[in-house]
Amino acid sequence: MAKTESTFRNMALALTLIALAASTCLGFVYEFTKKPIELSILNKKLMAIKQVVPEFNNNPNEEMFRLPTGEGDSLDIYPAKNNDAIIGYAVNTYTKDGFNGNISLMAGFKPDGTIINISVLQQKETPGLGTKMTELTFKDQFNEKNPSDFQLKVKKDGGDVDAITAATISSRAFCDAVQRAYNTLQKGELK
Amino acid sequence: MNQLQNFSKGFIRENPALVLVLGMCPTLATTSSSLNGMGMGIATTFVLVGSNVVISLLSGLIPDKVRIPAFIVIIASFVTIVDLLMQAYVPDLYEKLGIFIPLIVVNCIVLGRAEAFASKNSVLSSLIDGLGMGLGFTMALGILGAFREIVGSGAIFGYKFIPGDGILVFILAPGAFIALGYLIALVNRIKKT
Amino acid sequence: MEYILIIISAIFINNVVLAQYLGICPFLGVSNKVNTALGMTGAVTFVIVLATIVTYLIQTYILNRLGIAFMQTITFILVIASLVQMVEIILKKVSQSLYQALGIFLPLITTNCAVLGVAILVIKKEYNLIEGVVYSASTAIGFGLALIILAGIREQLELADVPNGMKGVPVSLVIAGIMALAFMGFTGIVK
Repeated sequence: MAKTESTFRNMALALTLIALAASTCLGFVYEFTKKPIELSILNKKLMAIKQVVPEFNNNPNEEMFRLPTGEGDSLDIYPAKNNDAIIGYAVNTYTKDGFNGNISLMAGFKPDGTIINISVLQQKETPGLGTKMTELTFKDQFNEKNPSDFQLKVKKDGGDVDAITAATISSRAFCDAVQRAYNTLQKGELK
Repeated sequence: MNQLQNFSKGFIRENPALVLVLGMCPTLATTSSSLNGMGMGIATTFVLVGSNVVISLLSGLIPDKVRIPAFIVIIASFVTIVDLLMQAYVPDLYEKLGIFIPLIVVNCIVLGRAEAFASKNSVLSSLIDGLGMGLGFTMALGILGAFREIVGSGAIFGYKFIPGDGILVFILAPGAFIALGYLIALVNRIKKT
Repeated sequence: MEYILIIISAIFINNVVLAQYLGICPFLGVSNKVNTALGMTGAVTFVIVLATIVTYLIQTYILNRLGIAFMQTITFILVIASLVQMVEIILKKVSQSLYQALGIFLPLITTNCAVLGVAILVIKKEYNLIEGVVYSASTAIGFGLALIILAGIREQLELADVPNGMKGVPVSLVIAGIMALAFMGFTGIVK
């Protein structure tokens, strides 16, 4: 194989051409995959929404609105409607107090604030401990409870929530996220 | 060596993870389950084959002094392509592998093969080398992942065969290190016989 | 206060090598003598912090502004490669002995997944520039800590009777595993 000499001109030319070719190819692939990527993110959201609110026949994603949390940011709220009557709100909430990073949940509430169901979107907790938050044995205790009389704190902190054994921090974080969602909805005074 | 030897060396004799001890980070990080590990291996194989072929094609044209930056750009491009394709078509696996997909670009296997092999051999040989090394890597990840999954979570390929948890430490970092250590020792033993 | 949390977390709780699986190759490769481990740590710290600053600036002011975030991998790794090259040149002029001692491990910092990993993580965790610098410096210290401990153990191991099949990489991995186990004990520090 003939070797190209390492003259300045050759080096600069080679690198520039390669960089140009690379950027062009990547630009192509990016454009090509943009739609599928958006679609898969949307799908994931829709699936989570479906799990936490009753059957709806509107398009929660299109009707998504934001409410301030009171902490300087806002949460995405997806209204679920049946024939234009609100039957629930799916709130994309989060907590920064996770053991191993942020946890994000999709929490479904009835218009009166009662929790319908919660779906864990993202968590990086310790396998076998914090990850148990996705299991029904922990999650389901929140269903049909209204945070106005069901204290969203672990029993250790004086609340009503049964924490996961040996995963108090993850359990606390979970409660924090649900509380944030509830507070945000309440602040918005939706009916 | 003929092409068959070229292809098969990546599996036992020169297995990148278990013999050459390259690409340790993804080996430990993505093998908490067998499917995750193999997914990582396949993504890496794609990058390996792509970059080996392109680098082999261009090897005569790239001046020697800039070959490392040039290789890096080529490899990084393939990594980005894999990243975007995975994000679009296998989002669940993409999320599980997380930061280790862009980290394929610093996987010593890829740069190592580019430098040691692809820049000096024909396109066909480089392709087969990339394929063999990549699949050997995938196999190693699959085996380590299977072990950790079976012992650590009582499951294989996602199917749990015991209720509850296994020996959890194996899905965590300590278990990864220890399991890999013994696996490499085992392969050393096999190679000696 | 936030910074103390980042520092402790990066060094002990989520140690870059023992918990996040980054920087393993140099961890296994450079850890047979405490002196080389120290030198490597210094070089890596320098590169990681500089790289984090430069990549953060590029991501914020170039990639995000132009909407070409998909070019992140290429630009980041090129920045790192250039920085390492620069460090090599500077070191050659300033301290020949250290340059000799580090030998081939210096250019290998480019492929140290901890460097690229931290640069990407700073963006993912949405740290600002100062948090990013604190995080990257702490990560480097955590890397150094793990490296130096392992080097110390391996120096002692020279005198022990290790079975033939386990010599070198396998026994280092098992030791690293035990270290990782020990470090898991730190998780109780926070809260």
